[in-house]
Amino acid sequence: MQIFHRSTNTISRATIFGAVFVIAALFWAMAEIQRSPYVTYEGVVKPQPVAFSHQHHVTGLGIDCRYCHTSVEDSNFAGIPPTKTCMNCHAQIWTNAALLEPVRESYRTDKSLQWTRVNQLPDYVYFDHSIHINKGVGCNTCHGQVDRMPLMYQYASLQMEWCLNCHRAPEKHLRPRDQVFNMEYQQPVAGNPALVDGQSFTDQDSLGLFLVKKYKLRTERDITSCSTCHR
Amino acid sequence: MDDRTDDVTVGSAPVIEPGYTFATVTDKISAIVLTRPTSVAWLFGFGVAFLLTMMMLYAIGYLFVRGVGIWGVNIPVGWGFAIVNFVWWIGIGHAGTLISAILLLLRQSWRNSINRFAEAMTLFAVACAGLFPVLHLGRPWLGYWLFPYPNTMKYWPQFRSPLVWDVFAVSTYFTISLMFWFIGLIPDLATLRDRSGNRAAQIIYGILAMGWRGSARHWARYETAYLLLAGLATPLVLSVHTVVSFDFAISMVPGWHTTIFPPYFVAGAIYSGFAMVLVLAIPIRKFYGLEDFITERHLQNSAKVMLATGLIVAYGYGIEAFMGWYSGNRYDTFLLWNRLHGPYHFWYWMLLVCNIGIPQVLWIRNLRSSPVWLFLISLDILVGMWLERFVIVVVSLHRDFLNSSWGMYYPTRWDWMTYIGTIGMFLALMFLFLRILPAISIFEMRTLLPQAEVKPE
Repeated sequence: MQIFHRSTNTISRATIFGAVFVIAALFWAMAEIQRSPYVTYEGVVKPQPVAFSHQHHVTGLGIDCRYCHTSVEDSNFAGIPPTKTCMNCHAQIWTNAALLEPVRESYRTDKSLQWTRVNQLPDYVYFDHSIHINKGVGCNTCHGQVDRMPLMYQYASLQMEWCLNCHRAPEKHLRPRDQVFNMEYQQPVAGNPALVDGQSFTDQDSLGLFLVKKYKLRTERDITSCSTCHR
Repeated sequence: MDDRTDDVTVGSAPVIEPGYTFATVTDKISAIVLTRPTSVAWLFGFGVAFLLTMMMLYAIGYLFVRGVGIWGVNIPVGWGFAIVNFVWWIGIGHAGTLISAILLLLRQSWRNSINRFAEAMTLFAVACAGLFPVLHLGRPWLGYWLFPYPNTMKYWPQFRSPLVWDVFAVSTYFTISLMFWFIGLIPDLATLRDRSGNRAAQIIYGILAMGWRGSARHWARYETAYLLLAGLATPLVLSVHTVVSFDFAISMVPGWHTTIFPPYFVAGAIYSGFAMVLVLAIPIRKFYGLEDFITERHLQNSAKVMLATGLIVAYGYGIEAFMGWYSGNRYDTFLLWNRLHGPYHFWYWMLLVCNIGIPQVLWIRNLRSSPVWLFLISLDILVGMWLERFVIVVVSLHRDFLNSSWGMYYPTRWDWMTYIGTIGMFLALMFLFLRILPAISIFEMRTLLPQAEVKPE
């Protein structure tokens, strides 16, 4: 007696064969979603109390990063400027702009502006800005071309694999310390060499290895150890 | 009478009582699944086991809410019941693979009536074992971190850690055992499909039988696949518990850091595994009237295996004690003293009694063939092997190198609920298995009949 139709043979073979692709597709989809802006917020603009434009202030007016982010060179936190920093200029210019009313209100009432944090690391990660600045990691290496962002967004995924890409090979990203805040910095090439201590470097490989020595970077083993970041 | 039949019937007892034909063997085994009504005893047994499983799920649910703090583990004893039970269960699983793979390769025909449920026992025991390390993780929902997969952390597990080797050893073991069990079931599933009068059962067994028609080509492929899997499973019998023993042996803790651990763990695993086989086989053959298939011969042979592996285990204890003295290492010497006289000394002595003392009665032939006695001795060995793991885990840890770090371990009610709950889950799965699948391999039993012998030309 036949329980199943003859077509079952074909269907069962196709199912087994197809299952391989279905499972592979599931894994692929999971990996993609996990790395997508939906999860990481990479490239996502978040609403802010004032539509502050880094592009206007940095490229347009030429203000240095450290004018506002004062503690970036010697603290783990780069620093969010107090309203007074804004008012240094805005007490004089655009004093009636409706856009800036929250700033003036904050100044009048002595209540801080509640900015929405863009680059948010989990609490179990210990991160220090100053060590990165002092070892020659440029601002835009991690934050992207902030000078071209009308509205601030997170440039990188901030996932651990992204951290480790650099921690496992820091020489690929280092630049001379005096270039850290230079938003236009380009890695050296034959036509555009980098000068450090009177030496000329025409490629990143030699410059990077030189800077690793000069700035006394810890070994890869040290800076990829769990407790370097998870303390 | 030809050679084969002689081989089967010679000696103390036959592997199958005389008077059966192909049809009666199939009838007798498949009837348990197909025609017998579900008995009250089965319902009662399954009900109790199911309730215990629910208790385990409750304990696990509470663990997920509150964390491992509900268990008795703390520094210095960070590995409490969870690891004791893990090693105990995984050890029990070993007999199934030994019976089905190694005895198949060694052409031991007496394996044929006990291999099916011994393999099922292996699977269920490994399932119980696998729960414990995962529950012990602290954040069990991140258990998949144990496997190397392309993750956003760009980090793989620490391959130098024996705990990672464990993940591979146990998951490979489970996979191979499952494949072996399932492939061995296919011809019998086809038998059930063909004999079942119930449409739903026909479809379910039919799907599982994967179109088995019993043609010569099917059988040839089946035999090849089964032998290949037996070859794959054989090294696992030795490797899995070896790797489990590495969890201890690789560390520097006195009482763990010994090279004798791998062979002594493997022997202990087979010891407890055969004890569990007997604990299951003796009631099963009684309640389902299978004394003709699981004969005195099977009981005798299992008892002999237990006696032999028990002596290897005893040798392991002896070497541990000897090295405690011979090494001259103050910590090893203290460990020996602590086992014999320390706060847990009662349990160490109980372990010696259960594992070495009492099982020596198996030298007596009459006891080896008495189901009641064998059942009791097997239970005693299961208790003893559990105590062995308790002594290894807890007694070694509770006295650290510095006496400022000394402590005691007391299991909480949640430890007990989880442990007893896994026994319930194991039994519940066994009850279901007996009711839905043929507990004895029908077609392999038929090959034991004299009629199955190929006549010489």
